[in-house]
Amino acid sequence: MLRQPLTRALALSSSSRIAPLGVRRYAEALAQPEKVEVFIDDKPVYVPPGTTVLQAAAMVGVEIPRFCYHERLAVAGNCRMCLVEVEKSPKPVAACAMPVMKGMRVKTTSDLTKKAREGVMEFLLVNHPLDCPICDQGGECDLQDQSMAFGSDKSRFTDIHFSGKRAVEDKDVGPLIKTIMTRCIHCTRCIRFASEVAGVDDFGTTGRGTDMQVGTYVEKMFLSELSGNIIDLCPVGALTSKPYSFAARPWETRRIDSVDVLDPLGSNIVVATRTNEVLRILPRTNEEINEEWLSDKSRFACDGLKRQRLVTPMVADSRGNLTPVEWEDAIVAAAHAIRDCPPNKLVAIAGELADAESLVALKDLVNRLGGENVCTEQYFPMGGSGTDLRSSYLLNTKIANVEDADFVLLIGTNVRFEAPLLNARIRKAFIHKETDVAYIGPKVDLTYEYTHVGDSASIVKELATGSSNHEVLKRLQSAKRPVVILGADQLKTSEGSALLAFTQELALRLQDKLEDKEWKVLNVLQRTASQVAALDVGYKPGVGAILQDGPKVVYLLGADAGVVTRESLPKDCVVIYQGHHGDVGASIADVVLPGAAYTEKRGTYVNAEGRAQQTLPAVTPPGKAREDWKILRALSEVLGARLPYDTLDEVRHRMAEISPSLVAYGDVQNNNYFAQARVLAQSLQKPVSGKLDVQLKQLEDFFMTDAISRASPTMAKCVQAVLKQKQSPY
Amino acid sequence: MAGALARIVQGTKSHLGIAGPLVSITSGSVRFQQTESQGKTKYGPLADADRVFTNLYGRHDWRLKGALARGDWYMTKNILEKGTDWIVNELKTSGLRGRGGAGFPTGMKWSFMNKPSDGRPKYLVVNADEGEPGTCKDREIMRHDPHKLIEGCLIAGRAMGAQAAYIYIRGEFYNEASNLQVAIAEAYQAGLIGKNSCGSGYDFDVFVHRGAGAYICGEETALIESIEGKQGKPRLKPPFPADVGLFGCPTTVNNVETIAVSPTICRRGGKWFASFGRTRNSGTKLFNISGHVNTPCTVEEEMSIPLKELIERHAGGVCGGWDNLLAIIPGGSSTPLIPKHVCETVLMDFDGLVAAQTSLGTAAIIVMDKSTDIVKAIARLIMFYKHESCGQCTPCREGVSWMNKMIYRFVEGNASPKEIDMLWEISKQIEGHTICALGDGAAWPVQGLIRHFRPELERRMQTYAMTHGPSKAERLY
Repeated sequence: MLRQPLTRALALSSSSRIAPLGVRRYAEALAQPEKVEVFIDDKPVYVPPGTTVLQAAAMVGVEIPRFCYHERLAVAGNCRMCLVEVEKSPKPVAACAMPVMKGMRVKTTSDLTKKAREGVMEFLLVNHPLDCPICDQGGECDLQDQSMAFGSDKSRFTDIHFSGKRAVEDKDVGPLIKTIMTRCIHCTRCIRFASEVAGVDDFGTTGRGTDMQVGTYVEKMFLSELSGNIIDLCPVGALTSKPYSFAARPWETRRIDSVDVLDPLGSNIVVATRTNEVLRILPRTNEEINEEWLSDKSRFACDGLKRQRLVTPMVADSRGNLTPVEWEDAIVAAAHAIRDCPPNKLVAIAGELADAESLVALKDLVNRLGGENVCTEQYFPMGGSGTDLRSSYLLNTKIANVEDADFVLLIGTNVRFEAPLLNARIRKAFIHKETDVAYIGPKVDLTYEYTHVGDSASIVKELATGSSNHEVLKRLQSAKRPVVILGADQLKTSEGSALLAFTQELALRLQDKLEDKEWKVLNVLQRTASQVAALDVGYKPGVGAILQDGPKVVYLLGADAGVVTRESLPKDCVVIYQGHHGDVGASIADVVLPGAAYTEKRGTYVNAEGRAQQTLPAVTPPGKAREDWKILRALSEVLGARLPYDTLDEVRHRMAEISPSLVAYGDVQNNNYFAQARVLAQSLQKPVSGKLDVQLKQLEDFFMTDAISRASPTMAKCVQAVLKQKQSPY
Repeated sequence: MAGALARIVQGTKSHLGIAGPLVSITSGSVRFQQTESQGKTKYGPLADADRVFTNLYGRHDWRLKGALARGDWYMTKNILEKGTDWIVNELKTSGLRGRGGAGFPTGMKWSFMNKPSDGRPKYLVVNADEGEPGTCKDREIMRHDPHKLIEGCLIAGRAMGAQAAYIYIRGEFYNEASNLQVAIAEAYQAGLIGKNSCGSGYDFDVFVHRGAGAYICGEETALIESIEGKQGKPRLKPPFPADVGLFGCPTTVNNVETIAVSPTICRRGGKWFASFGRTRNSGTKLFNISGHVNTPCTVEEEMSIPLKELIERHAGGVCGGWDNLLAIIPGGSSTPLIPKHVCETVLMDFDGLVAAQTSLGTAAIIVMDKSTDIVKAIARLIMFYKHESCGQCTPCREGVSWMNKMIYRFVEGNASPKEIDMLWEISKQIEGHTICALGDGAAWPVQGLIRHFRPELERRMQTYAMTHGPSKAERLY
C-alpha cells in the first residue's frame, strides 16, 4: 500500500526528516549509522547520513533561506531559494533536498550562493504584487523578510508596455481562509500540508509555466478540521485568515503564551491581543502535544470570547428575570441560598472549561460547608478502582509516542474531531511508519484507512477475552507497540464500566507481553479540558444520582453541557451559575456570577495525558467579571467558611497538597498500577451488547461543542459552509 | 605511463582478435586512451553498408517481414544469451553516447542498473517524446523501422535485467504510435518478446504509453511522473532514476535512437561502431537538417562529419549558396546558435560543438540564411519555452516569461542597449538554477544570440531610437 508518494517515501526514509525536532525516546532506540563530517562555511559538523545540507547548516547555526521547504512536510525543492554553493559542484545545489556527502564543503556566503539567492528573489518578486501595505501578511511575511535580507536593492523590471504582473483569480475555500492568489509564489506548502497532514487531496496545481495556479480546480471548501494551519504555512500573503483580515499588524499585538482548552489535548497557543481584545490565536510549538499545528476550533473560536459574555452579576427578580446587580448583592444572594441549604442538598457541578484553581476552591468550599456533592458533567464509571488510579482515565501512551505505535485500536472515539491533533499524529504514523489502525464504532472518516471491526461493544469483550477470531486480535498480539484508545463518551452508558474493564483487560494483556516494558497500551481519551483535573482533585464524575435526591442549591461552575435542566430540579431549587458565557447554564440560573474565560486568567488545565499546563491572562475579564477562584473565595468569606488562600500562589500551594502533578507544569508522569486497576476491574467484566456510537461524526459537528465555540460567529459560518459544501456535486 | 600503455594497446587492439574485447574490459580508461591518438582525419560520408537505419525513408516494408529481411532480430537469442556483461561491455567499447541530447555514455548508464537487486523490479523507459523543435529523427525510426527499437528494448532490457520497457511516445505521433504498436504485436506473436523472448528464457514486456504532447515530458523524471499518471513535473535529483525511478523502482531512461542502434552494435561489434567519428564521439548518428536548405532531410551520417559537408552533401546546400548563410542552430532549439564563420569548420560531434560554445543536442540542424530575422527567430523559441515551462520551480517559471517579454521588445529595437547585458544576466540566473534542464535549454538560445549577434541587437535599438526617439526602457532602466 502506497501511503505517500513513493519518491518521497524513499527520499525521506531517514527518521530525522519526519520528526526532526521531537525528542523521540522510542525512535532513538534504533541503531544510528556512522556520522559523516561536512563543512558548512568551513565549520565542521558531524551529521547522520541522509541529513540534508539545510539541516546540517541549521546544526551549526547557519540559516539558509527557504520558502518551499518545511521541516514537517515532504521536500519539494521548487522555490530554489535555498541554493548554495558546494565545492566541486559546477552548479549551486538546492540545500533542502541535497543529502550530505562525506567531506562536502558548503559555502553559504560565497558570491555564487549570494548571486543565486538574489536571482531567485528577483524572479519571485517579478510577479509578486507590491501590495504589502494592504497585505495581511505584512510584518510576518517570509518573502518580505527574505527580500530584505537576501534580495537586491534595486529593481530591473522595465515593463514598458505595462503588460502588468500576473494576476490570478482568488479561490473560495471556505469561511476561514482568505485567498489572494496573485500573491502566491507556488511553494506548494499548502498542497503538501493538505495531502500529507490533513488528508485532503483537493489542493493541487493546474496550468503550466506562468499560468500555473494553486487551487482546488473546481471551487470547493477546504473540508478539514486543520485547515487554518495553511495560513501559518503560507510564506506570503496568499492564504490569510479571513476572520482576522485587516484587523491588526503583528507588531501592534501583544502575544501571550497560553494553552488551548477547547479540546482535551491542551494545545499550546499564543494569544495575540490589542486594546484588551483577543484578535487571534496562533499555535505555539510543543513537540509533545501539538507540534506546530492547531485545530480550527481552537484557532478560530476566539471571536466567541467577545459574544454572549456575562459581564455583570445578576440575580433573578420576583418575576424570574435576571437583572444586573452589584457583586455584593449577587454574592449575598448566593450565600443566602447556600446557607439555607442543608449540606447534603448542596450540589456543585463543574463544567468543561473550569480551571483547576476554581475546581479546588469550589470543592474546598463545599467540603467546608459539610457537603460532599461535587461532580463533573462527564461521567466515568466508579466501579473497580474508579478514579483512584490515574492510569484508568488518562492517555497513558502520551500523544507524541502515538507516532511510534505500530498498531492503533480506536474504541468508540472519533479522534479526528474529539482530538484533531492526536488524529494528525496517528495519520503521521500511518503514513510514515506503516502503522495500521483498527476502529470499533460507527463508520467515520478518520482521513486515513482503517480496519473497521464493527460497532458492537461485544467486540471489545471478544478481543479482551481472546475469543475473537478477527484478524485485528492477531495484529494486536503481534504488535510491538500497540495502542488502545477508548473514547470517554462510551463510559456514559450503563455498559460503560464493563467496557472500561474489558478495555483494561485487553490493554494489559497486550502490555504484559511487550518487550518494551515502558510502553503503555491503555488510553482513555477524555472529551473535555477540565475533566482530568477534576478527577485528580476528587470530583465525582457524572451528576446522575446526585440530582435524584432533589438538591436545594445547585452551583454550576461553567457547566454548560446541559446535563442539568430546570425540569430535573425541584421547583424551589436555587441555581447559582458561575461562568463566562450566557449559555445553557446561565439560562436556568437564579444567581449569575460572571467569571473569566481561559484567555483572561492564570489557570491550570490538565490535558488528557495528565500534563498540567497553565493559561496566562491575555486580556482582562470584561465588565465586572472576575477570576473564578476569587469569586469562590469571596463567597466563602460571606458564608463564614473562609477559604485559607488569598493569592494565586496560595491556591496553587493547596493544589500541590492535593496532587503535586497539578502544579508540575509541562511535565507528565508515567502512570503505573495498571495491574491493580485490572484486578479491581475484573468483577466488572459483564457481558455487553450495546452499540458504540460517537457524538461527533461529521465535520459540521466539530465546530460548536462548548460555550465559547457556540458563541462564535466564525464557527457558525463554518457549520453553514460545510453543510453548503455537502450540497455541492463536488 | 598509463597513456603510453594505452597507446600500445590502442595500436594493436584491432589485431588482437579474440582478446580484443578483453582488453577493453580491463582497461577502465577506454575513452581516455582513445583521445591520445586520432587515427582518422576525415569523417564521412558514410558508406551504405555501414548504415544502421536502412529503412529510414520508408521505401521498404516496415513490418516484421521487412525487418527480418533487413537483418533485424537476427541472432538476437545469441546476443541475449551472451549475457548482461557482454552487452554492456560491447556498448562501452562502442563508445555510444546517449542520443537524446546530453550525450551520457550509454554503456556506463546501463551498468548502473546492475547493482545487487533489493527485490524491486527494474524498468527500461524509452523516451520517444521527441518534442525539441527541429528534431525529427525518432519518429522516422518508429514509423519506418519500429522493430529496431523493439529489438533494442529487449537487448537493453536484458543488459540491465529489466522486466519491461515502457515506450513513452509523444501524443502527436499518432501514426508512429500505431506502427509501433503493430510492430510490438507482431513481435509478441512471433515470440520475439513476451514470455521466453526469442527462446532465450528471458521474459520481457514492451508497453507503449502515449503522452499528451508536453515538451517537459521529454525530461526523464517528468516522463516517469507522466507514465505514473501524474502531472509531468520533473523530480528532484538525487535520487536518480537508477535508484528510484518508475513506480519507485530502478529505471533507465534512454532515447529511441540510442536503443535502436544497440542491436546493430551488438551484432556488428562495438569496435565497428567505434570506428566512426572521432574518439569519445564515435558512431553514426541521425542528423535532421531543416530550415533554409534546398533539400531538408533526415540522414544517417558518421559522427564528426564537418557541418558544411553535411549540409552541402545531403541537404543540397544552403538556399542561395553557402555565402547566404547567417547562422545555424546545430542541435535542436535549445542549443546556442553558431554564426557562419564557425559553421565553416565545425565538426558535428559532442566535443567539436562544445568547443564552439554550443552543443550537439539531438543533432537537429536548423539552418538560417540571411533572409532570417534572427532576433525574431530566437524570440519565437523563447516563447516556445515559456509556453512549455512546467511552472514548478521559480527561475524557469518567472525567468523565461520575463526573457520572453524583453526579447520581443528587442525584435523591434524598443529597448535600451543596457538591457542586453541584463538579458544575459537573467539567462545566467536561470541556467543551472532549476530542477531540470529546461531552464538551461531556454537560456542558451538567448546566450547564443547575444554572444554572436550583439551588434545586430544594438543596430536595431539605434534604428528604433532614430525613428521613435529613445526607448522608454532607456528612461526607466
